Amino acid sequence: MTPPSVEAAESGAATARPPAPPDAGAARARLADRESVLAPLFLLPTVVYIIGLVIVPFFLAIAFSFTDVTAGDPSLDWVGFDNFNAILHDSVFWESLKNSVVFTVITVALTLVLAKALALILVADFRFKYLVRFLVLLPWTTPIALAAVAWLWMLDSTYSPIDWVLRQLGLLSGNTVWLGRDHLAQASVIAVQTWRIVPLAAVIVMAGLMSIPQDIHDAASIDGAGFWRRLWEITIPLNLPVLAVAGLFGAIMTFTDMTVVYILTKGGPANATQVLPSYAFFKSIDGGDLAQGAAIALFLFPLLLVGVVAILRAVRRMETM
Amino acid sequence: MALAVEVRGLKKHYRGGDIPAVDGVDIGTSEGEYLVLLGPSGCGKTTLLRTIAGLEEATEGEVLIGGNVVNGLPPRARQVAMVFQSYALYPHKTVMDNITFPLKAQKISKEERERSALWAAERLGIEQLLDRKPRHLSGGERQRVALARALVREPSVFLLDEPLSNLDAKLRTAARDELKEFQRRVGTTTIYVTHDQVEAMGLGDRIAVMYAGKVRQVGRPREVYEDPEDTFVATFLGSPPMNLVSRGDHLLGFRPESFLPEELVPGDGNRMVAELAVGRIEYLSGDRHVYGTVKGIGEETRVIARLPATVSTPIEIDETRRFAVHERDLRFFDADSGTRTTPRPVHA
Repeated sequence: MTPPSVEAAESGAATARPPAPPDAGAARARLADRESVLAPLFLLPTVVYIIGLVIVPFFLAIAFSFTDVTAGDPSLDWVGFDNFNAILHDSVFWESLKNSVVFTVITVALTLVLAKALALILVADFRFKYLVRFLVLLPWTTPIALAAVAWLWMLDSTYSPIDWVLRQLGLLSGNTVWLGRDHLAQASVIAVQTWRIVPLAAVIVMAGLMSIPQDIHDAASIDGAGFWRRLWEITIPLNLPVLAVAGLFGAIMTFTDMTVVYILTKGGPANATQVLPSYAFFKSIDGGDLAQGAAIALFLFPLLLVGVVAILRAVRRMETM
Repeated sequence: MALAVEVRGLKKHYRGGDIPAVDGVDIGTSEGEYLVLLGPSGCGKTTLLRTIAGLEEATEGEVLIGGNVVNGLPPRARQVAMVFQSYALYPHKTVMDNITFPLKAQKISKEERERSALWAAERLGIEQLLDRKPRHLSGGERQRVALARALVREPSVFLLDEPLSNLDAKLRTAARDELKEFQRRVGTTTIYVTHDQVEAMGLGDRIAVMYAGKVRQVGRPREVYEDPEDTFVATFLGSPPMNLVSRGDHLLGFRPESFLPEELVPGDGNRMVAELAVGRIEYLSGDRHVYGTVKGIGEETRVIARLPATVSTPIEIDETRRFAVHERDLRFFDADSGTRTTPRPVHA
């Protein structure tokens, strides 16, 4: 076939299209309109993912926690509540639980204050605001494992650049040994968690701030309210539902995270920074006791559930103000 | 006596904008006056109001309130109250808390605040709504809460930014009456921004017509309507607007209601007669709007004649008929600048 005839055939097909009877194209269009087919199709990957990586492991963990399964002996023998009994008499478990709760509460509190302050700066109109917004979001885009390794260097017992700066300023002689002392190690974990969550929280809060109409701020200015009165009486109350959502995200991310603890301190010194996820990991993967590890991990569930329900209820109450 | 509010040579240039939003405005309002800023969208009227309020900083020029220059002062130091187009009520506060909010900032005792709020609420007939949240109120009720919040501080000036535009047409008429009545009662100087000429005509003691950042004319409603200073004011006011017919170096203007069938315009030497080729007739609220092409007095131009319901002269589509305008109803504008110019003879 010569090129001109191909062209002719194509243009002929094009002009013939409007009156054409149902052809393949029309059938495709109909398929694209059938939501009953498309909806399950598009949902399928997510459903498979959630079943495979969330639901199955969750029930597996429940099953494991009532057996004596270990890495060396994968057979499931029923032992009733023995695992739960054991961990309730384990002082490290209680220390981990306490750390999990304390780290989460302090991290969320710090995150909300810093995110709110950062968001107020980000919504302000100034030169290079897009560059600043981009820079603020950067920590969030860094994989947490890499960021934690970077922090490990920052907090190194000998070569910590933070110590170096403090020494140069004459505020420190010798080394701080950030990760080697109980309270400093705990503070370090909290600081890194906060550093990681603040950008996301700030962007969430910023979106909430921008949804408050400018007229309301203007009206408050005219009504004689200065910065602090506007902040406490107008901005924060109107921003509360969004702050609650940011806090919920922060709480879940902190409470369920083991990466930061694992990379920075391995739970040390002497379990001072041990949290439930890391303790479950060390018990089951490093220690091979899958059953006890599962029982520890399951303790996260009711606590998270209570937290989520409490915050969602708070949000709903505020929405119906 | 000092003017309640005065702006001198005011310019406002937004960052990033290539033309100024307000471009050299001089205007003043005397104590107790109701001044309306009227103009199409984007003419700078809201920017002017916001600059007076202190929500925008003037690029050039001065804002004076009660004779004192207030440039650089924050809104709260300016003794002004403002009602926004959206009302901008605080959604999380009750009506009572909304109204007392300005007093709270003045550190007035709770008792005193609530007494004042009750007083303001009674003036606006909303005392039964004090416990409600704004979202449980109708549009008209919200508007009154916004007014009460403005009133409670007993400001020296009210600034109203299109406060009626969010109300439906029926409510708007009632609310317009109430606003006028309210201002008469409290007697506070008011600057009112609107794009609606009916509101402007009905409410204003004086109207400042704005266009492209400039005040084109200031005057009593009757003055700006009957003696427009330029073709913009002539065609912006009036519905339908003033007819303009080009005649060489000038434009001839006449209102549709003064352009009537010849026999209805008495006098001989003091009227202008023209042929009107009738194209279309509309019946609106009893009046007849006759659309047609006018000939013999300048360039052939599409014009409108508005015949009141009392005129029963039969007029047919496609007929050509003699219409006339009394000389005192003729206005003349320069063809180049569009500004008012001296009367010319109209008899060829």
